[in-house]
Amino acid sequence: MSDIANTPAREYEAQLGDYFALLKPRVMQLVVFTALVGMLAAPVSVHPVIGFASILFVAIGAGASGALNMWWDADIDAVMKRTVKRPIPAGKVQPGEALALGVALSGMAVMMLALSANLLAAGMLLFTILFYAVFYTMWLKRATPQNIVIGGAAGAFPPVIGWIIATGSFSVEAWLMFALIFMWTPPHFWALALFMRSDYDDANVPMLTVTHGRPATRRHILAYTALLFVLAIGTGFTAIGGYVYLAFAVVLNVMFLLGAYRIWQRDEVMAEADNYAVERKFFRLSLFYLFLHFGAILIEATLRPYGLGGW
Amino acid sequence: MALRAEHEIHTRRKGRNVGVGLMLGGFVLLIMVLTFVKITQTDFARSPGTTTPAAGTAGGTD
Repeated sequence: MSDIANTPAREYEAQLGDYFALLKPRVMQLVVFTALVGMLAAPVSVHPVIGFASILFVAIGAGASGALNMWWDADIDAVMKRTVKRPIPAGKVQPGEALALGVALSGMAVMMLALSANLLAAGMLLFTILFYAVFYTMWLKRATPQNIVIGGAAGAFPPVIGWIIATGSFSVEAWLMFALIFMWTPPHFWALALFMRSDYDDANVPMLTVTHGRPATRRHILAYTALLFVLAIGTGFTAIGGYVYLAFAVVLNVMFLLGAYRIWQRDEVMAEADNYAVERKFFRLSLFYLFLHFGAILIEATLRPYGLGGW
Repeated sequence: MALRAEHEIHTRRKGRNVGVGLMLGGFVLLIMVLTFVKITQTDFARSPGTTTPAAGTAGGTD
């Protein structure tokens, strides 16, 4: 007789979608896109199959680090509105399962990237996973208000990995794409922290809004956006830039800087009066900002073989 | 006694198992195609230990 019938079933059994949610699919979209742009903007062409497989392994590696992040942060995810529905706090996936999935997929992704592309790309992927899962998640995030600034580097590595997949080496252009994401991350998350008011306070995460206050956060957003303005426009004059990129960069950066200036001008009374409308708008714009910058780099790379892209 | 029809737990796990099966099948297929591409791109006439330019060591700009 089968004993399955007598086995008390768990209240909820995780479905495939719950495990997929552990990989932070929305973050993976950005990783795939920026890594792809990094690979296609490089001056060396990659066989489509090798390119597809390599970007897939980068995405799996990024997803694995997301699962490790959710395993470690399950306690604070459970008290933040934004994250309370994640698979572990929602009781859909056990913490041990997330850890096992994260470790297994990390190892698989790094080994497979070494085989499909090269050892340097695999090494960079391993470094990125460790940087995000260990350095940022386990240490920085709960230790310093600069968590977002330094931790932002983890999300900025994918275009560098994409470039290395194609060329097997580092270059200034790859680091410029890294710098774009690195400088974009703090204003993006600080705007979120401004309108997700009590989340980080409740979870005792030392976000800038908690440790230095909201006026200081507004000043920081403006300062970083001004630096990003110079960097993003300057990138337009390098080998990955061109007329198309520069046109996108000028429009987007003027809009972004204007948004940051408006945030800086406001105080909490004004923000609460319109339910943080300006901060929310700035956050939404920040999503388009990054996608469109990398989209413009991709357009330049696509036009280049026809003698149209670049300078 | 004949084996009973599906228990409820089987129904719940079916979708997950089919999904994992499809992913593993896709992974095997990807490795096959990748191996084919790598083999056809490799110049075996060259001495052992050297890599092809297309594999990624050429073309760095710094």
